[in-house]
Amino acid sequence: MSGDSPLLRIEQLHVALPPWADRPFAVEDVSIDLYRNEILCVVGESGSGKSVMSRAVMGLFASRHVRPTGGRILLDGENLLEATHERLRAIRGNRVAMIFQEPMTALNPVHRIGRQIEEVLEIHRVGTPAERRARAVAMLEAVNLPDPAKILAAYPHQLSGGQRQRAMIAMALALEPDVLIADEPTTALDVTTQAQILALIRDIQRKKGMGVIFVTHDFGVVAEIADRIAVMQHGKLVEQGDAREVLSQPQAAYTRSLLAAVPSLTPGPRRDFAGNPVVLSVKGVTKTYRTGGGFFGTSARRVDALKGVAFDLRRGETLGIVGESGSGKSTVARCITRLIDSDSGRIEIDGKDIAHLGTRALRPLRRRMQMVFQDPYGSLNPRRTVGQLVAEGPIVHGTPAAEATRRAVELLELVGLDARSASRYPHEFSGGQRQRIGLARALALEPEILVADEPVSALDVSVQEQVLKLIADIRTRLGLTVLFITHDLRVASQVCDSIAVMHKGEIVEYGAVADVYANPRHDYTRTLLAAVPGRAWSEAQSPASAN
Amino acid sequence: MRDAFLRFVRHKPALVGLVLLVMVVIAAAVASLLYPGDPFRIVGKPFQPPLTDFPLGTDMLGRDLAAAVFYGARTTLLIGFAATLIATVVGVTIGGLAGYFGGRADALLMRLTELFQTIPFFLFAILLVAVLGSSIGKIIFAIAVVSWPPMARLVRGEFMAMRNREFVQACVSMGMGHARIIVVHILPNTLSAIVVTGSLMIATAILIESGLSFLGLSDPNVMSWGYIIGSGRSVLRTAWWICAVPGVAILLTVMAINLVGDGLNDALNPRLRQL
Repeated sequence: MSGDSPLLRIEQLHVALPPWADRPFAVEDVSIDLYRNEILCVVGESGSGKSVMSRAVMGLFASRHVRPTGGRILLDGENLLEATHERLRAIRGNRVAMIFQEPMTALNPVHRIGRQIEEVLEIHRVGTPAERRARAVAMLEAVNLPDPAKILAAYPHQLSGGQRQRAMIAMALALEPDVLIADEPTTALDVTTQAQILALIRDIQRKKGMGVIFVTHDFGVVAEIADRIAVMQHGKLVEQGDAREVLSQPQAAYTRSLLAAVPSLTPGPRRDFAGNPVVLSVKGVTKTYRTGGGFFGTSARRVDALKGVAFDLRRGETLGIVGESGSGKSTVARCITRLIDSDSGRIEIDGKDIAHLGTRALRPLRRRMQMVFQDPYGSLNPRRTVGQLVAEGPIVHGTPAAEATRRAVELLELVGLDARSASRYPHEFSGGQRQRIGLARALALEPEILVADEPVSALDVSVQEQVLKLIADIRTRLGLTVLFITHDLRVASQVCDSIAVMHKGEIVEYGAVADVYANPRHDYTRTLLAAVPGRAWSEAQSPASAN
Repeated sequence: MRDAFLRFVRHKPALVGLVLLVMVVIAAAVASLLYPGDPFRIVGKPFQPPLTDFPLGTDMLGRDLAAAVFYGARTTLLIGFAATLIATVVGVTIGGLAGYFGGRADALLMRLTELFQTIPFFLFAILLVAVLGSSIGKIIFAIAVVSWPPMARLVRGEFMAMRNREFVQACVSMGMGHARIIVVHILPNTLSAIVVTGSLMIATAILIESGLSFLGLSDPNVMSWGYIIGSGRSVLRTAWWICAVPGVAILLTVMAINLVGDGLNDALNPRLRQL
């Protein structure tokens, strides 16, 4: 592999950012070679320039202010940065193809899948219509889509996320490109689907001998798929090398810190709560969504989001609810916090059922249970200062404003923010800092139960680690009972004492984290655990994974 | 807010509009200083063209057109701003409640809004003035009644989008009451859309008022631009300036308000025009 000349050579690439950006270059002095028959993973956190770098190969730039200002991108000796538009068009799709993160937006919603695959062939003037159709069918078969004829006739919204990503891959591979650029192709997918797509990309890459640039932020995925690894930070390349070497003996300090931040799959020390009283008890909660129906005689759609969910939470315990999208895990959180109403069942706090309390009766009880949300950008009102946001809850519940403000500053310091942050607005903070503000706001009401709905999913791995540590620390300090919703089994293993695995609105497995991870009893739990990317690598890393 | 101000100042057409608008406001303010006495007073020979004894000429009864235009600016601005203010308050209240509570309240309030929207707004305004009579307060009322539905629909949409944002859900889970969530949290986030739509509504209100007075449905005791055009239309071919002078005044004012509105839109919704 290394004896050949490289398929794609990126030499001292510089991509400039507009003058008002926070740094002069999106990509600065990056040189990478991609060889035939290998997967090169480009890893970095958000803003590292990894996407800009990989898109530059296709001549795709986010705006006219982002331009390459130096270096060369050589494909078989031809500099793509100097190629004419006509030449680039001939190369795109034909020699270099790309798959994107979000297949729903990367596919055109008004055209059938078949038409979109055939269009790629048509643009590059390949074959007759009949041949193109046959080729499209063959491609869909190659990406293991069942019943290609049906998929060809389907519109993007009629397919699942995994099917759409497979269709995107089929489209990218239709002309058998030499180079495939995959920009976070599995980030928007569920973990089991992700495992399938990763296996598919690996398989096709081997069969066709392609060179793949795989952009990702997830070291688990890297461990799963990479032959070689390039690590980027602030637009610069900090390390590149053979996958096994980088993963086991990282040279750069930044790579080491990134690897250390990946949560391990080995649960922490067991804590015992058997003697503590049950604070939150959920019994047989159901919720059904009905959409459509009625007016024009169309049939109503019924989705059973929750089918008799039940669990108990003891004081001080942290229960993780894990599951894939659509499993109902967020619905559970929203039913418990009464942001939506459950159809039946009981939600008891200290034995008092709150599931059917009216708005007024509920209001004083709300402060005992507070929520931390997923989206650090959407969960803070952009027009209020951080101090106002944190102090507002207590003020609403009758605390004098001056005292609430003083307390807000204390809380901001508790979550690791400067006291001066109180007078600033949310947009002045980074994602991780905003999540800290969200936590301070929840804590301001001195709740007993904290419901955290995917609180770290939108964060970079190093920031994620800090926020998880903060949550764990505050939980023990304040004796909080936590309900932690996540799709990430690694994250769950780090913070949770017990875990409930949800699948299609039901809890299929429920028990102490260490027991569930070591001896999963339900098939679905086993599938979920097997699909965690980089599992083998993680287990090799941690010596404590004896069981 | 400082950024928004800078964006507005950098927007050239908006500045031109603002200057024009300020001139109209000054004209309205100094009308009684420059032309003390009744603008309906006869001051000279009728049908004098502009730039003779009087800068803008006289109408068919010998009234000073310049005085009429200055006093007309008062009426026009008063009606434009007052009608818009009422329409905005009503529209924001109805749209906000419909969007926030949804369900049955939404259905009820939106059917009400649609009821108003099914009647062509100008005919509706004529009808109201014809029934109620034509004092200036009643004209303002009539214009407000026909202008609030678009505002209500807009605010409803904004509120519906905000209702499901996580920061609003955070407010709910903190135990805040509806009033506080609506006034303190959602309203400030929809303010830019309301300001932009409101500013453009002023221009429409002025046009409705002009149309009404052109048809002779305005307050006969108050000088307004539409009234001058209405009275001069029969002599359009011999004394064109009687219609042209207030016509140009309406044109410039409405244009100025539209330019300011566009400028506000760009300044307050910067995401629409990034890069």
